[in-house]
Amino acid sequence: MRVESAHDTFPKLIAANAQRLSRKIAIREKDLGIWQSFTWQQYFDEARLIALGLASLGFTRGDKTAIVGDNRPQLYWAVAATQMLGGIPVPLYQDSIEKELAFIVDHAEARFAIVEDQEQVDKLLRVKPQCPRLQYVVFDDARGLRDYREPCLLSLADLQERGRRFAAEHPNHVENEMARGGADDIAIICYTSGTTGAPKGTMLSHRNLILAAGNAVEREGLREDEEVLAYLPMAWVGDHIFSYAQSIVTGFTVNCPESGATVLSDLREIAPTYFFAPPRIWESILTSVMIRIEDAAWIKRRLVHACFALAQDMERRRLTGQPVPWWRRALYPLGAAFVYGPLKDNLGMRRIRRAYTAGEAIGPEIFVFFRSLGINVKQLYGMTESSALVAIHQDGDVRLDTVGTPLPGVEVRISEEGEILYRSPGVFQGYYKNPEATRQTLADGWVHSGDAGFLDADGHLKIIDRAKDVSRLADATMFAPKYLENKLKFSPYVKEAVCVGQGRPYVTALVNIDFVAVGNWAERRNIPYTSYADLAQRAEVYQLVQGEVARVNRSLAEDERLRGTQIRRFLILHKELDPDDEEITRTRKIRRGYIAQKYAVLIDALYGSGDHVEVDARVTYEDGRTGSVRANLQIMEVDAVPAPAAR
Amino acid sequence: MTAPLLEVQQVSVRFGALTALSEVSLTVESGKILAIIGPNGAGKTTLLNVISGFYHPTAGRILFEGRDRTHLSPPDVAELGVARTFQNVALFKGMSVLDNIMTGRLLKMNGSFLLEALYWGPARRQELAHRAVVERIIDFLEIQAIRKTPAGRLPYGLQKRVELARALAAEPRLLLLDEPMAGMNVEEKEDMCRFILDVNAEFGTSITLIEHDMSVVMDISDRVVVLDYGRKIADGLPEHVRKDRAVLDAYLGVSHD
Repeated sequence: MRVESAHDTFPKLIAANAQRLSRKIAIREKDLGIWQSFTWQQYFDEARLIALGLASLGFTRGDKTAIVGDNRPQLYWAVAATQMLGGIPVPLYQDSIEKELAFIVDHAEARFAIVEDQEQVDKLLRVKPQCPRLQYVVFDDARGLRDYREPCLLSLADLQERGRRFAAEHPNHVENEMARGGADDIAIICYTSGTTGAPKGTMLSHRNLILAAGNAVEREGLREDEEVLAYLPMAWVGDHIFSYAQSIVTGFTVNCPESGATVLSDLREIAPTYFFAPPRIWESILTSVMIRIEDAAWIKRRLVHACFALAQDMERRRLTGQPVPWWRRALYPLGAAFVYGPLKDNLGMRRIRRAYTAGEAIGPEIFVFFRSLGINVKQLYGMTESSALVAIHQDGDVRLDTVGTPLPGVEVRISEEGEILYRSPGVFQGYYKNPEATRQTLADGWVHSGDAGFLDADGHLKIIDRAKDVSRLADATMFAPKYLENKLKFSPYVKEAVCVGQGRPYVTALVNIDFVAVGNWAERRNIPYTSYADLAQRAEVYQLVQGEVARVNRSLAEDERLRGTQIRRFLILHKELDPDDEEITRTRKIRRGYIAQKYAVLIDALYGSGDHVEVDARVTYEDGRTGSVRANLQIMEVDAVPAPAAR
Repeated sequence: MTAPLLEVQQVSVRFGALTALSEVSLTVESGKILAIIGPNGAGKTTLLNVISGFYHPTAGRILFEGRDRTHLSPPDVAELGVARTFQNVALFKGMSVLDNIMTGRLLKMNGSFLLEALYWGPARRQELAHRAVVERIIDFLEIQAIRKTPAGRLPYGLQKRVELARALAAEPRLLLLDEPMAGMNVEEKEDMCRFILDVNAEFGTSITLIEHDMSVVMDISDRVVVLDYGRKIADGLPEHVRKDRAVLDAYLGVSHD
């Protein structure tokens, strides 16, 4: 695929859509309980007005606009408006604390910020002294901002009004600036919330994004009539590809949910045809399904579990290439009529033609569960540096333990150390103002992914773990922590887990319970608790988690290479791992180095002989204040499971 | 000068031999937040009930915009633009949040039973207009996610918020809140404070509230009235009331310095 010069930037593509698909819905937002629609013509017009408003404030080519907020049409328009003027949008995570926000706004040298509401305005006003280049903060929702008198503030409506006046004197300003743009301009800077060190600004050009998006559209057969739900953070490259780049390249419709809390009901109303979720969302959907089933009458429960077992067995056989007995195939339509169909309908997944999971490895059990319902879930592998897209499962060639085959135009090879390297049209232009990091990641045109993996005989890419996380126990047994953690996390009761074992005699785990699922479980058993910390330390909960760990050990015992990495001791943490405490990233990747340091006392205790440990932990509240929590944590042992007897 | 929104003049309420309120006077200025504080049994809720017409004063007068409204019944008071919430949440537990809030529009609805049953013509237009108002309130109070949840199933803090939503649905000029933050945790209290301030700022609604949490009272009110044993013992700016000797003795406890 190549980029034509008439359509070599996103603004030009939007203008083309406004011509070709002028009456087709480009984006919807649920507001005041109703799905409000905007056509491609409106998309272009609104973005153009914002661009004119920015121009009236002196926006010049190369200026950066920080964009902060939930997924809102206005913020997508702000991205397009910035690009129309040859500027560079810098989307930020809406739940960033001030320190992160200040770093990125300052590092990106943003002169403009376009944000959703008072919450973001407050944060920006507080960090403004540390960001000397920041001149204007534009907000969409004026609520609560009535008495703000800061001269740098203006509403989006005012900005567009300024744009109207500016257009009277400079009618062709936006069109002229658009014409000056080209495929190799930087289209966006996505700051990655790395698991180590300060965030890095990944620069992607229009060419990168148009080709990466276009190649995936071609391979996956995406159409103009797709519907997607834009609910993942705009700062994340995945959302930028699915809700912006691909939507503009094909013309399909993006739907913005009413609020973060309504995503699941909005999902049901929209019933997207094309859906993307990281493993944690799939997990939480599965958890909510399982909780509701446990609350049902026993006969329904039995029926549902029997149907699930049937479908999952079939799917497992299919994925591993084994034949499916005829009688199971005969029973499946019954299950579809009574269980799978209604369930999919309830989840808003009835119309899904393709769904992806990415960002982290997904537990095989979770993957099989959704596929067995007849939802075409596939793994996708990519990262910000590759415009999100490296490999995808091809329809009809989905495997349990791979992330699919490389997309068109992507070359993958494995370095001698076992690291995955790739080269593609989507490969980024470098990290903003960080040539050192760029050199490390982008050696001679190949991106060093930092993931350990290999290509199998059929060209499928398999990921083992982060290259730097794969290590060995004291007796040289290979230890891939994430693999064990994912197995633990399949349990609806385990939200997060951190496995430790490098250079140690055996593996131990720090576990986060799922407050909703375990809370519900406790209530059904009349187990009283007051708080998360209290619930986590109940003896009954420890037994529950012990059972889950034992399940993981049993499955590890079946695999010769992994038998030695069974979890022997564990404890349940008194607090949830939280990005505000820097324990996990905003995309929920575990920051092992930091955790090892912060919880050194706990880890030492896990390798000691005691059955409890005292801890004094620092917590950061959402407003940036810190406090501390003191707790006495139990440590529990789990028996190792011997290898199954040879048959 | 225009008359204040509400004036309570020398109001006394007696239940048999018990004097709940004794010659209490206060003024609610338009667009301001007034807090009524005092120990348990000081007569705060009685005062609110007198204002909203549930009780009628044994003596004294109540003026609404300068006109005597002493003996109006609760519906008539509501008609004047006074809405309230209750100390113990009083929602329709089996009804959805949306329907609960819609009941707040009841006074603004007029239409024949038949047309409404058929959901036709003017009845339909009216319903849509009311729904639009309610949706704006749902958006304002950030309760979109529970729109269709039965009110009885919600946690306490959210029930309080729904009650506030229902009171707002009447588009009141004076909002009476009876312990809007009782039983809430710190986070819920902060949310509620923000909503009260936002309601006051966005809609210009005058608010009179009873509250026990002194930090909340000091933060959000423009003026504080202190009751003790049915008498008003102080009335003024929060920072003045905070230092008032009679108040410290009666309510905050005798100070130890």
